[in-house]
Amino acid sequence: MLRVPCPWCGPRNVDEFRFVGDATERPDAPTATPEEWRAYLYLERNEAGWVTESWYHRAGCRRYFVAERHRTSNDFRDSRPPAAQQRMADGQ
Amino acid sequence: MWRHPELRGTYDVVIVGAGVHGLATAYELASRWGVTNVAVIDKGYIGGGGSGRNTAIVRSNYLTPEGVAFYDRSVKLYERLAAELNFNVMFSQRGHLTLAHNDSSLRTMRWRAEVNKLRGVDSEVIGPEEIARLVPYLDVSTAARFPILGALYHPPGGTIRHDAVNWGYARAADAMGVDIHQQTELLGIDVHDGEVVGVTTNRGRISTPVVVNCTAGWSSLVAALAGVELPISTHPLEAAVTEPVKPFLGTVVVSGTLHVYVSQTDRGELVFGASTDPVASYSMRGSLGFCEELAGHVLELMPSIAKLRVLRQWAGLCDITPDFSPIIGVTPVKGFLVDVGWGTYGFKAGPVAGEAMAELIATGKTPEIIAAFDLARFAEGRLVGEKGAAAVGH
Repeated sequence: MLRVPCPWCGPRNVDEFRFVGDATERPDAPTATPEEWRAYLYLERNEAGWVTESWYHRAGCRRYFVAERHRTSNDFRDSRPPAAQQRMADGQ
Repeated sequence: MWRHPELRGTYDVVIVGAGVHGLATAYELASRWGVTNVAVIDKGYIGGGGSGRNTAIVRSNYLTPEGVAFYDRSVKLYERLAAELNFNVMFSQRGHLTLAHNDSSLRTMRWRAEVNKLRGVDSEVIGPEEIARLVPYLDVSTAARFPILGALYHPPGGTIRHDAVNWGYARAADAMGVDIHQQTELLGIDVHDGEVVGVTTNRGRISTPVVVNCTAGWSSLVAALAGVELPISTHPLEAAVTEPVKPFLGTVVVSGTLHVYVSQTDRGELVFGASTDPVASYSMRGSLGFCEELAGHVLELMPSIAKLRVLRQWAGLCDITPDFSPIIGVTPVKGFLVDVGWGTYGFKAGPVAGEAMAELIATGKTPEIIAAFDLARFAEGRLVGEKGAAAVGH
């Protein structure tokens, strides 16, 4: 069973989490075209190597975080708070 | 059964992926349209991917009118495939039951049955008594944790020998002059001024104006070689078989709520499949967690098989699209065609996808039966939502 490293709770069983998908930045709402929104909604890089992903610790701390996982070996090498939260923590 | 030809420097069409989709496309190109200067390349072997890893179920009781028409055509082609290929594909139309354990799934099944009947597909909602008559080993008591309230019964659905389908298509295509190159890995797609001009493989370069992506699991990676982005996420799906026992299960039994489908092979093994892993991955390792969950769910349905032992388990890769419908047809790169995004339902669509792709390649026009499944639908907001009937537990 996959063990997912939550930055707040430590490694936990994958069943506790919801896999969200690629960690992507939302398009700029006032200027984005419908095509850009749809690309944001639907397109996936779907690489077979290292991917930066968004996860949600559903049955734990109930917080979102970002992790780097290898999509073939399923190894994790990093997990951290999401970018927006990090920016707030940094006072930006 | 087939030749092991030398790789030629030029082909009219290069098909990537020697599974049922690629081989059916090659066969139809040669037999219907007389296009025989065709190469089918595969980095592994014939039928080694999704075409040899699925649970071999064929049915057409889908939810959208587009989906029903498409898969019904596929069932019709499967019905005559053994005669056409002169190869016993062991198609057994033993009936297909999708169980409903709550009111909302019963409602969806009624909806599906009515859409099916309008399209001439044999499909009906039946109650627990008839289910018990068809499958005596199912627990239809009201004391069950997930009581069986009814089922969508689809008599023409059934199972087929998937390897035989791959081999039959390969042998027939090869006999008409199609070159099947196994252990030939695609390394690059050469695009010049927005048009395909050739491919690079580990055995050398091929000049060709047409490349068809018929892969599953690797469709995003192949498309990226041509600079085409796809709305696809790859997820593993695990399956297992038990030791063989006497025949006792005469139909295919599916439970969406319990994430499981069961059928019995001619050898007597029970074949189990589950839903896709919600975590995207290219890993094809089996897991104990899957086996444990599967056993728990199967025993909810059939408590009497508790002593059966699992013989082996495996995983295959499913390319999931946002609307659970495939992506078939042209792309922004001229000459680069896709027949991908088949999720958990690709095998049952092999013959009709091959027929439609061959027509598209030969005539340059997109056939009506696949028009709704084009890549442009995502950017234009025309999704074909098949989540309700595509598989189990998505």
